Amino acid sequence: MAIKPKPNELLSAINYAPPQKQWMDNPVEFKKGYYCYGAKPKNLEYIGFPNGREWNSADQDWKLVDNWKEIFLEGMENLLKKFRSFRLFMDICVRCGACADKCHFFIGTGDPKNMPVLRAELLRSIYRRYFTVAGKLGKIAGARDLTEDVFKEIWYYYYQCTECRRCSVFCPYGIDQAEITMMGRELINLLGCCTDWISGPLANCYRTGNHLGLQPHTIKSNFDYMLDDLEEHTGVRVEPTFNRKGAEILFVTPSADFFAEPGVFTCMGYLLLFHYLGLDYTWSTYASEGGNFGFFTSNEMMKRLNSKIYAESKRLGVKWILGGECGHMWRVLHQYMDTMNGPADHLEAPVSPFTGTKFENAKSTKMVHISEFTADLIKHGKLKLDKSRNDNLNVTFHDSCNTSRGMGIFEEPRYIINSVCNHFHEMPDSTTRENTFCCGSGSGLNAGEIEELRMLGGLPRANAVKYVKEKHGVNMLSCICAIDRAVLPPLIDYWMPDVGVCGVSELLGNALIMPGEKERENNLRGEPLPGMEEKGEEE
Amino acid sequence: MYNGGKIIIGLIIFIALVTFPFYTNMGKTSEQPAALTSSPDDPHIGGLKIGQMRSEHMKILDQWRDEVVRGGERFITFDGDQYEKSLQIGCLGCHAKQEFCDKCHSYAGVKPYCWDCHFAEGEGQL
Amino acid sequence: MGMIFSLIAVIVLVAVAFVGTQLHLSGLFGVAIPYLAFLVFIAGFVRKVIKWGQSPVPFHIPTTCGQQKSLPWIKQSKLDNPSTTLQVIGRMALEVLLFRSLFRNIKTHRTDGGPVYGSNKWLWLGGLAFHVTFFVVFIRHLRFFTEPVPAWVNMLDAVDGFVQVGVPHMLITGVVLLAAATYLLLRRIFNSQVQYISLAADYFPLFLIIGIALTGILMRYFIKVDIVKVKELTMGLATFKATVPDGIGSIFFIHLFLISVLFAYFPFSKLMHLAGVFMSPTRNLANNSRAVRHINPWNPKVHLHTYEEYEDEFREVMKSEGIPVEKE
Repeated sequence: MAIKPKPNELLSAINYAPPQKQWMDNPVEFKKGYYCYGAKPKNLEYIGFPNGREWNSADQDWKLVDNWKEIFLEGMENLLKKFRSFRLFMDICVRCGACADKCHFFIGTGDPKNMPVLRAELLRSIYRRYFTVAGKLGKIAGARDLTEDVFKEIWYYYYQCTECRRCSVFCPYGIDQAEITMMGRELINLLGCCTDWISGPLANCYRTGNHLGLQPHTIKSNFDYMLDDLEEHTGVRVEPTFNRKGAEILFVTPSADFFAEPGVFTCMGYLLLFHYLGLDYTWSTYASEGGNFGFFTSNEMMKRLNSKIYAESKRLGVKWILGGECGHMWRVLHQYMDTMNGPADHLEAPVSPFTGTKFENAKSTKMVHISEFTADLIKHGKLKLDKSRNDNLNVTFHDSCNTSRGMGIFEEPRYIINSVCNHFHEMPDSTTRENTFCCGSGSGLNAGEIEELRMLGGLPRANAVKYVKEKHGVNMLSCICAIDRAVLPPLIDYWMPDVGVCGVSELLGNALIMPGEKERENNLRGEPLPGMEEKGEEE
Repeated sequence: MYNGGKIIIGLIIFIALVTFPFYTNMGKTSEQPAALTSSPDDPHIGGLKIGQMRSEHMKILDQWRDEVVRGGERFITFDGDQYEKSLQIGCLGCHAKQEFCDKCHSYAGVKPYCWDCHFAEGEGQL
Repeated sequence: MGMIFSLIAVIVLVAVAFVGTQLHLSGLFGVAIPYLAFLVFIAGFVRKVIKWGQSPVPFHIPTTCGQQKSLPWIKQSKLDNPSTTLQVIGRMALEVLLFRSLFRNIKTHRTDGGPVYGSNKWLWLGGLAFHVTFFVVFIRHLRFFTEPVPAWVNMLDAVDGFVQVGVPHMLITGVVLLAAATYLLLRRIFNSQVQYISLAADYFPLFLIIGIALTGILMRYFIKVDIVKVKELTMGLATFKATVPDGIGSIFFIHLFLISVLFAYFPFSKLMHLAGVFMSPTRNLANNSRAVRHINPWNPKVHLHTYEEYEDEFREVMKSEGIPVEKE
């Protein structure tokens, strides 16, 4: 691991007692390992964002434009007019404190400004000062002037929020810090203060269609590697198509799924499933990203990136769209896409070609989640499965924050897992489903330079995994999110090694009995299947 | 989406609820109980004033009840005259229930449980 | 600081009302201020709600707290993840009447082995007790504003006093209201996290409400006032024939003044959560955003990177990999 402190050092440093002085009197202190690098000018310029410049978030001088304050306050007024959520959440918080110890960043860092209520107060104090009458009284009314230090404090803590919505579950009025963080980040972006880790993927995605900046030929060659591996493990040559007009279905997944382990194993699962079914579908290199870093930036940027999915479905003339396993991707698809870029009149209400099931819940957006699609196939007995191939795995399931609290897809992936695995164990109730804990690296926070923060933010999740590892011998953490697949392995390694991370479709791919397959000796990772260990060694 | 219609309906319901006292009394003149016409400073038996009786009588009755039932002290003497500590014989000896009890009680929405056991002349038992 | 400030503010308000009655300003405290406060309350409340209403709900953002409606054989969690208007009404009813979200509350404890979570229903219990009893006390006071008193108000009073302790019989809600408000105050002072986030605006309404409850209880049981005269005053207010009868004790005017302050303060404070909870888009929307299109009235026109631009940049590599292109 790159970070210096040992797990027990971090753990013993956690202290939930707040300081004596009032929070407004404790100025922000930028702690190394807790904040990201600033955006590079070329990335901001590519997407037409203002104030692209060389700057360093660790410096005193952020090179803000002279009238930054007016821009911030005008921006705030504009957002208050555009979002009822924002205005309401600024006004009605009673500071009951129900949210305080629900945030994984507070639980991990003990920093009181990571209590969702206080993170919101950072912005609320500005709202009071400039947009309410009582706020003119100043501090006693919970108001304060917008200064550069205050702006930096907002920046520091609004990039210590993964927009996971856990606070919103517990709030008696449903005040959602994710929503307030989104507003804060809109304002931050008006001043050109995006982080490097977010602005890079934004520019990449705008240009190449995916966050990683994979160009069409790279995507193709990445697939070729996967297809070779699949052929080696199963004896079946899968031949997906790209940008094919006239296909029935367009499949969109986060680009991480065809870029790096363990996401690629999930992608292999999709490829096997679609080949097994003979699904008439295509991939797109233009709409090669399900995820959407615009969601962590501004509603306009989210719309710009998301527009490619409907545009491509129209160009290719498909009937409907199927989406892979990803968290915030599905929050955007489920709650935003149709509103932003719909109506999708060029598509048809989705119907499974194999079971005839009409996906009534997706009849307007016309996009179906792979877990809904797969669960339906299994329920109708359309898949031949050999559960025992996953017998070496004691599986648990991590509910991703966005699909849990911005969608509510809980039973579908569990149904799939229970259909393809014999050993499944739930983590404690207070850490799953709507109570689930974030991986600690969502909403554009999986940057290397904030690893310490991410380890602390992921502590509640890791600790729950540790619990089932010790109690049930769990050795595989499954999930339906590409960010999870990218960030949970280092998190788990840090806190308690020897638990793998996989997508649900990878487990499915292992169990799926492919027509014409050779005797399966390895799972999709190339590791021997249960009972095949010795055979592997002989070779 | 604004949902303006729903918001306006909500506001109308809210205003209807909080202004209930105003429209429910529309056009009415509130009638005070006639007993109020005597001044609070006028004297009452026992060295008390009318005003005191108005706000404290329930305590006196409560105290009497305990003294009579638990202590057997049935009588009280004022200015040399002996009176029985009794709602029916004492109070109702001078005051008519309907005039002196019921009017104010019903006006103020008070339901004392005296009348669970006692009954005034002319009123039937339950 | 906020706590001391708020406490002093409420003490000053009590003193103002007391001095006012000593100076025979009962017309001001008994009639003018209550009317004014009520007007400010209504106008401010409506203005605030309209202000909220003027901002649209651009996106469909319910917080889903249970299984979504998807495949017919998967059991939906209808009240925690509603998909129809009726189910939303159910969810909102649970939220408003029973504080569903607060009921979920759990407490995080630090241990050497990492964080653990325990059940914690005290805030829910205290909050619910406070709000329910406040509401009942509010409704009970209709006996001062109606003539004849409706049977249901008398009934409420009888139920509230069913233990028949003391004369006049003790009303449970008044005592519980005072106890619950005191609990909420003590929690704010002694729970270090809550204390850290608390502002003057959090202590002030609590002190004010405790003051109202205390003066009310004092007036009923200890420093008695002539209730019939009080009603003469309140009925005068309700019928717009306001008079201030002589001989009502100062305690009543203090009580009434604190209530007036609460009413006038209400629309400009966090107390507006009363209306806000109904308008919260994370609670009052059905989770049906893939089945029914939600309209954003200001859906912005934005720059898009079109497929044509994309193909223009990558046409050669696409062709070399055999990926179909629009223009050869």
